[in-house]
Amino acid sequence: MQIDPWVLAFSLVTVVVTLWLGFRSAGKSKTASDFFVAGRSVSVGWNSAAISGEYLSAASFMGVAGMVMSSGYDALWYPVCYACGYLFLLLFIAGPLRRFGAYTIPDFAEGRFDSPLFRKIAVCFVLFIGFFYTMPQMKGAGVTLAYIFPGLPYWVGVAVVGAVITLNVALGGMKGITLIQAIQYWMKMFAISVPVFVLMALFGPYGTQLNANRTAPEAPSAIVETVREPQLRAAAMPAAAAWISPFGALTTKPAKAAGLTPEQARPYSLLYTYSLIVALVCGTAGLPHILVRFYTNPDGVAAKKTTMWVMILIGVFYVFPPIFGVMGRNLMPELYNGLSGVKGTDGAVLKLPLKAGGVLGSVLSGITCAGAFAAFMSTFSGLLVSITGALAHDIYGRILRPQSSPHERLRMFKLCAVICGATSILLGLTVESFEVNKLVGWAFAIAATSYFPLLFLSTWWRGITMKGAATGMLAGGLCSLATVVSTMVADQNPAAAGLKAWYAAHPLVRTLAEQPAIWGLPLALGLMVVVSKATRATVPADVRRKMLVLHAPESLGLKQEYIEEHETPGH
Amino acid sequence: MDGRQDFIHSEAFLRRLKHRQLKLSVACGATFGVVLLVLPLLNYFLPDLMATRVGGFPLTWLILGVLFFPFVWIISYVFIRRSLRMEAEEAQWAMEQNREA
Repeated sequence: MQIDPWVLAFSLVTVVVTLWLGFRSAGKSKTASDFFVAGRSVSVGWNSAAISGEYLSAASFMGVAGMVMSSGYDALWYPVCYACGYLFLLLFIAGPLRRFGAYTIPDFAEGRFDSPLFRKIAVCFVLFIGFFYTMPQMKGAGVTLAYIFPGLPYWVGVAVVGAVITLNVALGGMKGITLIQAIQYWMKMFAISVPVFVLMALFGPYGTQLNANRTAPEAPSAIVETVREPQLRAAAMPAAAAWISPFGALTTKPAKAAGLTPEQARPYSLLYTYSLIVALVCGTAGLPHILVRFYTNPDGVAAKKTTMWVMILIGVFYVFPPIFGVMGRNLMPELYNGLSGVKGTDGAVLKLPLKAGGVLGSVLSGITCAGAFAAFMSTFSGLLVSITGALAHDIYGRILRPQSSPHERLRMFKLCAVICGATSILLGLTVESFEVNKLVGWAFAIAATSYFPLLFLSTWWRGITMKGAATGMLAGGLCSLATVVSTMVADQNPAAAGLKAWYAAHPLVRTLAEQPAIWGLPLALGLMVVVSKATRATVPADVRRKMLVLHAPESLGLKQEYIEEHETPGH
Repeated sequence: MDGRQDFIHSEAFLRRLKHRQLKLSVACGATFGVVLLVLPLLNYFLPDLMATRVGGFPLTWLILGVLFFPFVWIISYVFIRRSLRMEAEEAQWAMEQNREA
């Protein structure tokens, strides 16, 4: 197989434009504030496109289609909840958080509880969730490069893309990437929608494609039969009945491993589905790299309007990836044969456009490749800024060297960017055999059991104490991290065959371990309430003022007053 | 402690404000949550109904994969309008109370 010039050209243009914009803005961002939150002066239109651009990662662009193709209906929960989790953010968290005004979530944690210790705990979770989220982006990069250059090893793709973005972040900071991410959103939208419309014009619309997947075997569809030659019929392809069923391959996996009948498996599937919904919906509201963006709005009204636009922008986007999955099943069943990499279903978005044939097919495939680049580059830059911000701003600037000059901090930001970039590349090398989308789902589960309960209770309940918040966040977050990692190890590591067999014999435990949000969230919330009640004496003395700052309309100017009083010596 | 004693800084105002905000958020969140949580139940208890084909789509796929997005946009639009109006009202009311006191 040769390198397709169209595919290569489109991908190169994407990378070069991204780098050029990064270098161009590098000259403009001078102060530390420029680097961290873009001087807080980004307009609603730019900011909502930038948030969407950052949010739509490799998991959304490639992973959702791949997962719909491999699992069927169950995978639809991912795109829907990715998009709708924003509603929770808007309803409960976006407004208060913005009014409180702090650079990062650790800033909020410290300001709300007057506790530098709590800042350190919160920083750890920025790093946990951030690095967990970078792994699938790296996987996406490795897969895409291996598609463009057939035969290129996975690790080369990961290393090259990781190095390029790290350089970009170290030079441009956040100001650069606001612009880049806004542009990348529109690139991704274009790249996912145009090929779908062309393919639908050629092979029939969404409904017709789905209609081909009949549960009854006696209705062979014209689409399926003309395209699917017998030798391409893939062994790994799920049967139409299981694929279209609401409780399909994804949610029944633990029960299936235990050898239960489909009827017995249904309660486990229902539980799995609910836990997945909780993880994704609440997890969105707790993603540190998304939350930091709310501070780039000039005021709370703009923050709310931004969220509305983000929901529309990403909602429209998420209609498309499942169409790729459905068409992939009908048109490219050979993708099921490969276990991972481009041969696997994660490559469906990149390869499917080739079915249009000839130059048109190559151009369309080039467009989706460019979109994939935009996807993992933008999300990875955003993550890198937030992880690097946590290291440079919190650990260095606040904990290690509080007296450092702005110049020193800026230099430290660049150094930290390089360290974090290198760590992400190393982590990315370990996840070649995982599905992109599943990895992201786990990052959401950890966010849903740590940050979400913290943010929710500390904005709405004045009785929460530092000890309560820290206990709940640590217990919820670490327990779900541990169970998720245990299922990853059980599936991948031959040394853990015993654990795998044990999980197979206990489908209920396996379901709960793989999707921990349904018990992790109540655990975290419960611990926060109980421990806070027990340590009632340590509620911050000026909690009423803090709550007022969180909730009072900004036109009353309470935030300004609060800052002034806190800066007065002796207060 | 809290230095100022006027209405804006009072307990009564904070309670009222938080109560109104929470009521609005919970109402919108519940509308969204009920639909999201009932859909798996329908799939569980009425699988035949949800598998009915509508224009090629199984009903449940049509709801989740296509119709759910506009539903969420409507909720968020309503929420933003009401919450901005409510906060403007509260701010004005609180300032009037302050002037009277």
